[in-house]
Amino acid sequence: MKLRNTLLAGALALAAMPTLVSAAAGGEIIKNQCVSCHAVTKPEAGGIDRLLTRKGPDLHYAGVKFNKDWLTAWLQNPTTLRPGGVLYAHVVKPVPGGPDTIDASLVQPHLKLNAEDAAAVAEVLMSYGVDDGLVEKGAFKQAPPNAMAALLFNKLRGCASCHSGKPGAGGMSGPELYTAGARLQPDYVVEYIRNPQKFDPHVWMPKLDLNEADVQKLAGYLLTLKTGGAK
Amino acid sequence: MKAFTTRLLLLLAATLGPGLTQAQEPPAHAVKLYNLYCVQCHGVNRDGNGINSRDMAVKPRDHTDSKAMGDTPDDVLFKAIKGGGLAVGKSVLMPTWGGVINDDEIKEMVAYLRFVSKTTSK
Repeated sequence: MKLRNTLLAGALALAAMPTLVSAAAGGEIIKNQCVSCHAVTKPEAGGIDRLLTRKGPDLHYAGVKFNKDWLTAWLQNPTTLRPGGVLYAHVVKPVPGGPDTIDASLVQPHLKLNAEDAAAVAEVLMSYGVDDGLVEKGAFKQAPPNAMAALLFNKLRGCASCHSGKPGAGGMSGPELYTAGARLQPDYVVEYIRNPQKFDPHVWMPKLDLNEADVQKLAGYLLTLKTGGAK
Repeated sequence: MKAFTTRLLLLLAATLGPGLTQAQEPPAHAVKLYNLYCVQCHGVNRDGNGINSRDMAVKPRDHTDSKAMGDTPDDVLFKAIKGGGLAVGKSVLMPTWGGVINDDEIKEMVAYLRFVSKTTSK
Protein backbone atom coordinates (compact mmCIF):
# COMPACT_ATOMS: atom_id res chain seq x y z
CA MET A 1 0.00 0.00 0.00
CA LYS A 2 2.79 2.32 1.02
CA LEU A 3 4.68 1.47 -2.16
CA ARG A 4 1.61 2.11 -4.23
CA ASN A 5 1.17 5.52 -2.59
CA THR A 6 4.78 6.37 -3.25
CA LEU A 7 4.44 5.34 -6.88
CA LEU A 8 1.25 7.31 -7.21
CA ALA A 9 2.86 10.39 -5.67
CA GLY A 10 5.79 9.98 -8.04
CA ALA A 11 3.51 9.68 -11.05
CA LEU A 12 1.58 12.76 -9.98
CA ALA A 13 4.77 14.72 -9.49
CA LEU A 14 5.97 13.70 -12.95
CA ALA A 15 2.65 14.71 -14.46
CA ALA A 16 2.85 18.11 -12.78
CA MET A 17 6.42 18.76 -13.87
CA PRO A 18 5.85 20.10 -17.38
CA THR A 19 3.62 22.81 -15.90
CA LEU A 20 6.21 23.70 -13.28
CA VAL A 21 8.98 23.78 -15.86
CA SER A 22 6.98 25.86 -18.31
CA ALA A 23 5.88 28.24 -15.56
CA ALA A 24 9.51 28.82 -14.61
CA ALA A 25 10.46 29.32 -18.25
CA GLY A 26 7.47 31.60 -18.78
CA GLY A 27 8.40 33.70 -15.78
CA GLU A 28 11.92 34.06 -17.12
CA ILE A 29 10.72 35.17 -20.57
CA ILE A 30 8.32 37.67 -19.05
CA LYS A 31 11.11 39.10 -16.89
CA ASN A 32 13.46 39.42 -19.86
CA GLN A 33 11.14 40.39 -22.67
CA CYS A 34 7.78 41.66 -21.46
CA VAL A 35 8.20 43.88 -18.41
CA SER A 36 10.08 46.61 -20.26
CA CYS A 37 6.79 47.51 -21.96
CA HIS A 38 4.05 45.93 -19.84
CA ALA A 39 3.19 46.34 -16.16
CA VAL A 40 2.83 42.84 -14.72
CA THR A 41 2.10 44.06 -11.22
CA LYS A 42 -0.39 46.76 -10.36
CA PRO A 43 1.43 50.05 -10.94
CA GLU A 44 1.60 52.83 -8.40
CA ALA A 45 -0.78 55.64 -9.30
CA GLY A 46 0.98 57.66 -11.93
CA GLY A 47 -1.84 59.81 -13.22
CA ILE A 48 -2.19 60.42 -16.91
CA ASP A 49 1.58 60.75 -17.24
CA ARG A 50 2.03 57.02 -16.77
CA LEU A 51 -0.55 56.40 -19.45
CA LEU A 52 1.20 58.83 -21.76
CA THR A 53 4.58 57.17 -21.31
CA ARG A 54 3.85 53.45 -21.00
CA LYS A 55 4.93 51.34 -23.96
CA GLY A 56 2.33 48.59 -23.79
CA PRO A 57 -1.01 47.82 -22.18
CA ASP A 58 -0.97 46.62 -18.56
CA LEU A 59 -0.89 42.86 -18.06
CA HIS A 60 -1.30 42.62 -14.30
CA TYR A 61 -4.89 41.40 -14.75
CA ALA A 62 -4.21 39.22 -17.82
CA GLY A 63 -5.49 36.15 -15.99
CA VAL A 64 -9.00 37.54 -15.73
CA LYS A 65 -8.93 39.19 -19.14
CA PHE A 66 -7.76 36.79 -21.82
CA ASN A 67 -8.79 33.40 -23.06
CA LYS A 68 -5.72 31.24 -22.70
CA ASP A 69 -6.00 29.55 -26.09
CA TRP A 70 -6.30 32.87 -27.84
CA LEU A 71 -3.36 34.27 -25.89
CA THR A 72 -1.14 31.30 -26.71
CA ALA A 73 -1.97 31.58 -30.41
CA TRP A 74 -1.63 35.38 -30.50
CA LEU A 75 1.81 35.35 -28.90
CA GLN A 76 2.99 33.17 -31.79
CA ASN A 77 1.30 35.26 -34.43
CA PRO A 78 0.69 38.72 -33.00
CA THR A 79 -1.70 41.01 -34.85
CA THR A 80 -2.33 44.70 -34.24
CA LEU A 81 -5.28 44.82 -31.86
CA ARG A 82 -5.11 48.58 -31.38
CA PRO A 83 -4.87 50.38 -34.71
CA GLY A 84 -3.08 53.25 -32.97
CA GLY A 85 -0.76 51.06 -30.91
CA VAL A 86 -0.54 51.46 -27.16
CA LEU A 87 -1.89 55.01 -27.33
CA TYR A 88 -3.50 56.39 -30.47
CA ALA A 89 -2.58 59.94 -29.46
CA HIS A 90 1.12 59.22 -30.13
CA VAL A 91 0.57 58.25 -33.75
CA VAL A 92 -2.29 60.35 -35.12
CA LYS A 93 -1.61 62.92 -37.77
CA PRO A 94 -3.93 65.44 -39.37
CA VAL A 95 -5.00 65.22 -42.99
CA PRO A 96 -6.02 68.49 -44.61
CA GLY A 97 -9.78 68.64 -45.00
CA GLY A 98 -10.46 65.15 -43.68
CA PRO A 99 -10.29 62.83 -40.72
CA ASP A 100 -6.93 62.32 -38.99
CA THR A 101 -5.04 59.15 -39.87
CA ILE A 102 -2.77 56.81 -37.99
CA ASP A 103 0.87 56.82 -39.02
CA ALA A 104 1.24 53.04 -39.13
CA SER A 105 5.03 53.34 -39.35
CA LEU A 106 4.98 54.57 -35.75
CA VAL A 107 3.07 51.56 -34.45
CA GLN A 108 5.57 49.08 -33.05
CA PRO A 109 4.94 45.44 -33.98
CA HIS A 110 4.74 43.02 -31.05
CA LEU A 111 7.51 40.47 -30.66
CA LYS A 112 6.75 36.91 -31.70
CA LEU A 113 7.30 33.80 -29.58
CA ASN A 114 7.71 30.19 -30.63
CA ALA A 115 5.03 27.70 -29.64
CA GLU A 116 6.81 26.45 -26.55
CA ASP A 117 7.63 29.91 -25.21
CA ALA A 118 4.13 31.20 -26.03
CA ALA A 119 2.59 28.36 -24.03
CA ALA A 120 4.95 29.00 -21.13
CA VAL A 121 4.26 32.74 -21.10
CA ALA A 122 0.49 32.25 -21.42
CA GLU A 123 0.63 29.84 -18.49
CA VAL A 124 2.10 32.54 -16.26
CA LEU A 125 0.03 35.43 -17.62
CA MET A 126 -3.13 33.48 -16.83
CA SER A 127 -2.19 33.58 -13.15
CA TYR A 128 -2.06 37.40 -13.06
CA GLY A 129 -4.82 39.24 -11.27
CA VAL A 130 -6.95 36.22 -10.48
CA ASP A 131 -7.05 37.12 -6.79
CA ASP A 132 -7.32 40.89 -7.17
CA GLY A 133 -11.11 41.07 -7.03
CA LEU A 134 -11.32 43.15 -10.22
CA VAL A 135 -13.74 40.74 -11.83
CA GLU A 136 -16.70 39.14 -10.12
CA LYS A 137 -17.16 35.54 -11.17
CA GLY A 138 -20.51 35.20 -12.88
CA ALA A 139 -20.73 38.92 -13.78
CA PHE A 140 -21.85 37.85 -17.24
CA LYS A 141 -25.35 36.51 -16.86
CA GLN A 142 -25.32 34.41 -20.03
CA ALA A 143 -28.37 36.15 -21.41
CA PRO A 144 -29.36 34.77 -24.82
CA PRO A 145 -28.26 36.93 -27.79
CA ASN A 146 -30.44 39.99 -28.04
CA ALA A 147 -31.55 41.50 -31.34
CA MET A 148 -31.10 45.02 -29.95
CA ALA A 149 -27.49 44.46 -28.96
CA ALA A 150 -25.91 45.21 -32.34
CA LEU A 151 -27.93 48.40 -32.51
CA LEU A 152 -26.75 49.38 -29.03
CA PHE A 153 -23.16 48.76 -30.06
CA ASN A 154 -23.30 50.45 -33.44
CA LYS A 155 -25.60 53.36 -32.76
CA LEU A 156 -27.47 53.85 -29.53
CA ARG A 157 -24.58 53.66 -27.09
CA GLY A 158 -21.89 54.82 -29.47
CA CYS A 159 -19.39 51.97 -28.89
CA ALA A 160 -18.57 51.73 -32.60
CA SER A 161 -17.40 55.33 -32.56
CA CYS A 162 -14.14 54.22 -30.98
CA HIS A 163 -14.12 50.45 -31.56
CA SER A 164 -14.24 48.41 -34.70
CA GLY A 165 -16.96 45.76 -34.62
CA LYS A 166 -16.03 44.45 -38.05
CA PRO A 167 -12.77 44.72 -39.97
CA GLY A 168 -12.39 48.05 -41.75
CA ALA A 169 -15.35 49.78 -40.08
CA GLY A 170 -15.85 51.81 -36.94
CA GLY A 171 -13.53 53.75 -34.69
CA MET A 172 -9.82 53.33 -34.24
CA SER A 173 -8.86 54.80 -30.89
CA GLY A 174 -9.97 51.71 -29.01
CA PRO A 175 -8.94 48.09 -29.51
CA GLU A 176 -10.68 46.11 -32.24
CA LEU A 177 -13.67 44.21 -30.94
CA TYR A 178 -14.41 41.90 -33.85
CA THR A 179 -12.12 39.42 -32.15
CA ALA A 180 -13.50 40.10 -28.65
CA GLY A 181 -15.32 36.79 -28.31
CA ALA A 182 -12.19 34.79 -29.03
CA ARG A 183 -9.90 37.04 -27.03
CA LEU A 184 -11.73 38.03 -23.85
CA GLN A 185 -13.35 36.33 -20.89
CA PRO A 186 -17.10 37.00 -20.55
CA ASP A 187 -16.98 38.28 -16.96
CA TYR A 188 -14.13 40.64 -17.85
CA VAL A 189 -16.11 42.11 -20.76
CA VAL A 190 -18.99 42.91 -18.40
CA GLU A 191 -16.78 44.44 -15.71
CA TYR A 192 -14.70 46.46 -18.16
CA ILE A 193 -17.79 47.97 -19.81
CA ARG A 194 -19.14 48.81 -16.36
CA ASN A 195 -16.01 50.66 -15.38
CA PRO A 196 -12.90 50.71 -17.59
CA GLN A 197 -11.26 53.11 -15.15
CA LYS A 198 -11.15 50.37 -12.49
CA PHE A 199 -8.79 48.35 -14.67
CA ASP A 200 -6.95 51.12 -16.38
CA PRO A 201 -7.05 54.37 -14.37
CA HIS A 202 -7.35 57.45 -16.62
CA VAL A 203 -7.79 55.38 -19.78
CA TRP A 204 -9.46 57.18 -22.69
CA MET A 205 -12.49 54.91 -22.56
CA PRO A 206 -15.05 56.75 -20.45
CA LYS A 207 -17.16 55.23 -17.72
CA LEU A 208 -20.58 55.32 -19.33
CA ASP A 209 -23.85 55.45 -17.44
CA LEU A 210 -25.18 52.21 -18.88
CA ASN A 211 -27.88 50.24 -17.14
CA GLU A 212 -27.22 46.62 -16.26
CA ALA A 213 -29.47 45.30 -19.03
CA ASP A 214 -27.47 47.22 -21.64
CA VAL A 215 -24.18 46.02 -20.20
CA GLN A 216 -25.32 42.40 -20.40
CA LYS A 217 -26.65 42.79 -23.94
CA LEU A 218 -23.48 44.49 -25.13
CA ALA A 219 -21.27 41.86 -23.51
CA GLY A 220 -23.38 39.09 -25.03
CA TYR A 221 -23.02 40.71 -28.44
CA LEU A 222 -19.27 41.25 -28.17
CA LEU A 223 -18.76 37.64 -27.17
CA THR A 224 -20.30 36.53 -30.47
CA LEU A 225 -17.68 38.52 -32.41
CA LYS A 226 -14.89 36.16 -33.38
CA THR A 227 -14.00 37.24 -36.90
CA GLY A 228 -10.41 36.98 -38.02
CA GLY A 229 -7.55 37.47 -35.58
CA ALA A 230 -5.61 34.67 -33.96
CA LYS A 231 -7.43 31.37 -33.81
CA MET B 1 12.83 110.15 -19.23
CA LYS B 2 14.46 106.92 -20.17
CA ALA B 3 13.87 105.58 -16.67
CA PHE B 4 10.26 106.65 -16.86
CA THR B 5 9.78 104.88 -20.20
CA THR B 6 11.32 101.71 -18.83
CA ARG B 7 9.07 101.88 -15.79
CA LEU B 8 6.05 102.44 -18.01
CA LEU B 9 6.99 99.48 -20.16
CA LEU B 10 7.48 97.30 -17.12
CA LEU B 11 4.12 98.37 -15.79
CA LEU B 12 2.52 97.59 -19.13
CA ALA B 13 4.21 94.20 -19.24
CA ALA B 14 3.03 93.44 -15.72
CA THR B 15 -0.53 94.37 -16.62
CA LEU B 16 -0.71 92.61 -19.95
CA GLY B 17 1.82 89.90 -19.29
CA PRO B 18 -0.34 87.19 -17.74
CA GLY B 19 -3.06 87.74 -20.33
CA LEU B 20 -0.58 87.52 -23.15
CA THR B 21 1.05 84.40 -21.76
CA GLN B 22 -2.33 82.75 -21.38
CA ALA B 23 -3.29 83.59 -24.94
CA GLN B 24 -0.08 82.21 -26.37
CA GLU B 25 0.45 79.16 -24.21
CA PRO B 26 -2.46 77.23 -22.80
CA PRO B 27 -1.93 75.31 -19.55
CA ALA B 28 0.07 72.15 -20.26
CA HIS B 29 -2.30 69.99 -18.21
CA ALA B 30 -5.31 71.05 -20.28
CA VAL B 31 -3.44 70.26 -23.49
CA LYS B 32 -2.51 66.83 -22.13
CA LEU B 33 -6.12 66.10 -21.19
CA TYR B 34 -7.34 67.24 -24.59
CA ASN B 35 -4.76 65.14 -26.41
CA LEU B 36 -5.56 62.04 -24.38
CA TYR B 37 -9.35 62.19 -24.31
CA CYS B 38 -10.66 64.58 -26.95
CA VAL B 39 -8.36 64.19 -29.94
CA GLN B 40 -9.73 60.71 -30.71
CA CYS B 41 -12.90 62.37 -32.03
CA HIS B 42 -12.23 66.12 -32.17
CA GLY B 43 -8.92 65.74 -33.96
CA VAL B 44 -5.31 66.84 -33.82
CA ASN B 45 -6.34 70.22 -35.22
CA ARG B 46 -9.31 70.42 -32.81
CA ASP B 47 -11.61 70.81 -35.82
CA GLY B 48 -13.82 67.72 -35.41
CA ASN B 49 -11.69 65.53 -37.67
CA GLY B 50 -10.49 62.89 -35.19
CA ILE B 51 -9.51 59.39 -36.33
CA ASN B 52 -12.89 58.15 -35.11
CA SER B 53 -14.87 60.80 -37.00
CA ARG B 54 -14.74 58.95 -40.33
CA ASP B 55 -17.62 56.58 -39.59
CA MET B 56 -19.52 58.63 -37.02
CA ALA B 57 -23.16 59.43 -37.77
CA VAL B 58 -22.84 62.82 -36.06
CA LYS B 59 -19.65 64.73 -36.72
CA PRO B 60 -17.82 65.85 -33.59
CA ARG B 61 -17.94 69.56 -32.81
CA ASP B 62 -15.33 71.74 -34.48
CA HIS B 63 -13.68 73.45 -31.52
CA THR B 64 -12.05 76.03 -33.75
CA ASP B 65 -15.47 77.28 -34.90
CA SER B 66 -15.56 80.65 -33.14
CA LYS B 67 -19.17 81.29 -34.06
CA ALA B 68 -20.65 78.04 -32.74
CA MET B 69 -18.33 77.91 -29.74
CA GLY B 70 -18.92 81.58 -28.98
CA ASP B 71 -22.65 80.93 -28.90
CA THR B 72 -22.25 78.10 -26.39
CA PRO B 73 -22.20 79.17 -22.75
CA ASP B 74 -19.59 77.83 -20.32
CA ASP B 75 -22.15 75.89 -18.31
CA VAL B 76 -23.31 74.05 -21.44
CA LEU B 77 -19.73 73.13 -22.32
CA PHE B 78 -19.20 71.95 -18.75
CA LYS B 79 -22.36 69.84 -18.80
CA ALA B 80 -21.54 68.37 -22.22
CA ILE B 81 -18.12 67.24 -21.01
CA LYS B 82 -19.29 65.97 -17.65
CA GLY B 83 -22.59 64.37 -18.63
CA GLY B 84 -22.10 63.76 -22.34
CA GLY B 85 -24.05 64.97 -25.36
CA LEU B 86 -27.38 63.73 -24.00
CA ALA B 87 -27.05 66.06 -20.99
CA VAL B 88 -27.26 69.06 -23.32
CA GLY B 89 -29.67 67.67 -25.90
CA LYS B 90 -26.92 66.60 -28.28
CA SER B 91 -25.60 63.30 -29.59
CA VAL B 92 -24.95 60.24 -27.44
CA LEU B 93 -21.68 59.90 -29.34
CA MET B 94 -20.23 62.54 -27.04
CA PRO B 95 -19.73 60.35 -23.98
CA THR B 96 -19.80 61.23 -20.29
CA TRP B 97 -16.37 62.19 -18.98
CA GLY B 98 -17.46 62.84 -15.40
CA GLY B 99 -16.18 59.42 -14.35
CA VAL B 100 -12.72 60.11 -15.76
CA ILE B 101 -11.85 63.73 -15.03
CA ASN B 102 -12.94 65.79 -12.05
CA ASP B 103 -14.88 69.06 -12.00
CA ASP B 104 -11.74 71.20 -11.76
CA GLU B 105 -10.29 69.48 -14.81
CA ILE B 106 -13.55 69.94 -16.69
CA LYS B 107 -13.35 73.67 -15.88
CA GLU B 108 -9.80 73.64 -17.25
CA MET B 109 -11.12 72.06 -20.42
CA VAL B 110 -13.82 74.71 -20.76
CA ALA B 111 -11.15 77.42 -20.42
CA TYR B 112 -8.99 75.59 -22.94
CA LEU B 113 -11.89 75.40 -25.40
CA ARG B 114 -12.18 79.18 -25.11
CA PHE B 115 -8.51 79.39 -26.04
CA VAL B 116 -8.86 76.99 -28.99
CA SER B 117 -11.98 78.66 -30.35
CA LYS B 118 -10.68 82.17 -29.67
CA THR B 119 -13.87 82.98 -27.82
CA THR B 120 -14.58 84.40 -24.39
CA SER B 121 -16.54 82.99 -21.48
CA LYS B 122 -20.26 83.29 -21.74
